[in-house]
Amino acid sequence: MTRNQLLALLPILFSSATVVWVMTAIAIRRHHWWNATFSVVGLNLALIGTVVAYFVSPQIVTPLLVVDSYSCLYMAMVLATGLATATLSHAYMEGFDGNKEEVYLLLNLSVLGGLVLVCARHFASFFIGLELLSVPLYGLIGYLVKERRSLEASMKYLVLSAAASAFLLFGMALIYSQTGALGFAEIGVKVAEITAGAGYTVMVIGGAMILVGIGFKLSLAPFHLWTPDVYEGAPAPVAAYLATASKVAVFAVLLRFFVEAKAYNHGLLLDVLSALAIISIVVGNLLALLQENLKRLLAYSSIAHFGYLLVAFIAAGQFATEAVGVYLLTYVVTTLAAFGVVTLVSSPYKGHDADTLWDYRGLFWRRPYLTAIMTVCMLSLAGIPMTAGFIGKFYAITAGVEKRQWLLLGAVVFGSAVGLYYYLRAMVQMYLRTPWVRKYNAPLDWASGTGGAMVVALMLLMIVLGIYPQPFISAIQAAGLQ
Amino acid sequence: MILVWLMVIPFVGGFLCWQGERFGRGFPRWVGLITMSIVLVLSLYLWYVGDYSQTLLNASSPQWVAEFKADWIPRLGISFHLALDGLSLVLIVLTGLIGVLAIACSWNEVQRNVGFFHLNLLWNLAGVIGVFLAMDLFLFFFFWEMMLVPMYFLIALWGHNIPGGKGRVFAATKFFIFTQASGLLMLLAILALVFAHYQATGTISFGYPELLAWTRSGAMSAQLEWWLMLGFFVAFAVKMPVVPVHSWLPDAHSQAPTAGSVDLAGILLKTAAYGILRFGVPMFPHASQEIAPYAMWLGVAGIIWGAVLSLSQHDVKRFVAYTSVSHMGFILVGIYSGTEQSLQGVVIQMLAHGISAGALFILCGEVYERLHTRDMREMGGLWSRLPFLPPIAMFFSAAALGLPGMGNFVGEFLILVGSFPVNPVITIVSASGLILAAVYSLMMMQRAFFGPAKSDEKLRDLNAREMTTMLSLMALILFMGIYPQPILDVTKAAMAGVQTIYATGLVPPAAAVAGVLP
Repeated sequence: MTRNQLLALLPILFSSATVVWVMTAIAIRRHHWWNATFSVVGLNLALIGTVVAYFVSPQIVTPLLVVDSYSCLYMAMVLATGLATATLSHAYMEGFDGNKEEVYLLLNLSVLGGLVLVCARHFASFFIGLELLSVPLYGLIGYLVKERRSLEASMKYLVLSAAASAFLLFGMALIYSQTGALGFAEIGVKVAEITAGAGYTVMVIGGAMILVGIGFKLSLAPFHLWTPDVYEGAPAPVAAYLATASKVAVFAVLLRFFVEAKAYNHGLLLDVLSALAIISIVVGNLLALLQENLKRLLAYSSIAHFGYLLVAFIAAGQFATEAVGVYLLTYVVTTLAAFGVVTLVSSPYKGHDADTLWDYRGLFWRRPYLTAIMTVCMLSLAGIPMTAGFIGKFYAITAGVEKRQWLLLGAVVFGSAVGLYYYLRAMVQMYLRTPWVRKYNAPLDWASGTGGAMVVALMLLMIVLGIYPQPFISAIQAAGLQ
Repeated sequence: MILVWLMVIPFVGGFLCWQGERFGRGFPRWVGLITMSIVLVLSLYLWYVGDYSQTLLNASSPQWVAEFKADWIPRLGISFHLALDGLSLVLIVLTGLIGVLAIACSWNEVQRNVGFFHLNLLWNLAGVIGVFLAMDLFLFFFFWEMMLVPMYFLIALWGHNIPGGKGRVFAATKFFIFTQASGLLMLLAILALVFAHYQATGTISFGYPELLAWTRSGAMSAQLEWWLMLGFFVAFAVKMPVVPVHSWLPDAHSQAPTAGSVDLAGILLKTAAYGILRFGVPMFPHASQEIAPYAMWLGVAGIIWGAVLSLSQHDVKRFVAYTSVSHMGFILVGIYSGTEQSLQGVVIQMLAHGISAGALFILCGEVYERLHTRDMREMGGLWSRLPFLPPIAMFFSAAALGLPGMGNFVGEFLILVGSFPVNPVITIVSASGLILAAVYSLMMMQRAFFGPAKSDEKLRDLNAREMTTMLSLMALILFMGIYPQPILDVTKAAMAGVQTIYATGLVPPAAAVAGVLP
């Protein structure tokens, strides 16, 4: 292994070292602040490692991993999300009366899985990364062991995620049976040769099964059934991680797989994806309409958002890769901020998260700046100009128009119109006066903690992305897939 | 650079209002008033110094009065490009004026969270000014959507929950969804246009002059032009509002605070007419000629339907809202007639309706402050209880019904004169709207101000602030009715430009290249 290859692996190496380090630290002495700090420092080192890796990229490290500018971008996104989750967890876990420290261990493990997934160029690393990403999540979702909903969510996620992994493995096996290859690029070469016959059918079925597996992880309808329950039951910072990092990593590898294995040449797979996109947009938005629970509402909203994202994904081509990057970035920033506010309002943990819309009623009159952040989040999710969400949606629609997908675009317009209703509903709740004082309130000094500072930074980022996106666009453009 | 200031000043002012509330409730009000006064003065200054013999439609001679251009998102050919011609100018003056009024009329009405209220009001006005100045389709859409959010808050947070209505949050949400959903269709049309242009020329640009030059070269297939025009038309029709999609307007008006109603009727509706004049017709002249008969009949439907419905309203604000639907119908008829007189009439009608409807809503607010009801059945006999307010209301009702000597008369008269040679039947049916207007206006006067008084108790009359705003509006309406020439002069070139392009739509496209897009 050359020096450059080692440098390219720095993020993954740092991340692995952090896992060991945090584990040892816990074994030596349990101390919440120190363990949180260790993991945050480790994640920051890994983030610096991505910058180093960017300068030596592209590097193919073993047949399993590739570190190019594309993986660097998504590694940075996953790491930043992990950082945000860690800071949010610190404020949140203060009120938890069990062992607090393992959260950071599990989180770092999961982030490591995300990094591997983003770099994967082979079915083996694809699967290892995915499992490493998901398995720690079982523990994280059920971390509040004394609460029924949390445990239930964990079980639900365990069963469905395992089923999805089985689908994925079976799909991989079917493709392997026809092509005899496991690397994405090699599959792409072989696939071009097989164009008809029984072998072709088996291969397309294999591709479809991979899509089913991925559909579960990305919670695309009709594989979305676990999402609202799990988001509702999971501790708020974990839900933030679930909605962002885990989905971003999976989406990044999906895009790489489609490009390198030349899956875009199969109209059938694209038709399946189009159907998934339309169903996700319609189902996600319609089911969100009547939600009284903010976490469930955000869950349905994320289903719809991945429907919009698929519109850009299906468009294919260089511009579409850029559109996917921009959309994911805006989505991650917005969703993290939204869950961040939920976490801050529920912090420190005291037996139950503030998750019904009712809990937020009149928040403006008690915590005006926190409400302003949530307002920007809701507007951004709805795709209103001056916020990041608008740029994301604009890019997705542009990619769709470029490829003339009028049906999909119709779904986007319909979904956005319906979506407005529930985003506005959630938003205006915070401004209506209540006749009595609610039990949930963010601490008065919420902005002085790291979690609060992070959420403020995210809001500023949302507005900068909405008003002057050019620098981000340039960065994402540089991180295209060939 | 002055164009940027026109937008930045209300933005910054809004921010100051929000943060300045800690110095007391009066502070945001004064900051708001001063801010909008500066905008008004700046726009009048532009009127005074500028030479408005050029139109923005004439892309080949970019000697515009004022222009500002900077790269914004070069990746997609989007620039921050502002410019102004006579049409934008008069509408910006109107915006400044209505802004001052909106702040003045909510001086006593709004007592809760004054700072945040003025933030929303000023940001909304900044968005509207942006719409009138944008020379880039992305920028236009940006402002078009941006003005919605503050309006939503104005209705949802400071509105009234009138008995029998569905509540202010419902009304605000309905308003938002109607305009946003139709706006997305416009976004699709914009993007399709940009990509068609990109495929034909190889450069990606959202710039209005570039796209306009391309559409005028006749390189677009008729089918594409038709679909794109429809995308723009739907967005503008919802905002205007045209009859089948007007139902958000009465709801929004009846729940909105006075300033919100003044803003909505006075300028927000005009952005739709401006959009058609600036984008809808000039970019797609052939398709616009095709849709013209239908659009004009929709306008007629609006004139009649709005008038008929206003007859059966008890809520005085809903009444004014329906009369707005009726008056905007005239504007639609005038635009799609496309003669020079009718287009000039449209400009006068926009300004006159902005002022007269704004004044009527302010009067509604003032009556509400005194009686705490807006139900006309509860009023009656106000003439004997108030010395000055009823005659002023009489004056503006007369303006609304198109009494000669008032601005509205000039507008409606010019529209009817201009549309007669194009389609006499439509003109004749539209003219019946004038009779209906007389009926509903006088009926409103009769029900609210005459008849037996409900009580003998005298009511507090207009104070100096209310009196000043009313008298200045009356003077403006009279001025427009008696001597509209300055306005006609300044918008002459802009309207002549629209008329010339629209007339080319009668000739089939020179070299229609088929199959640019499906």
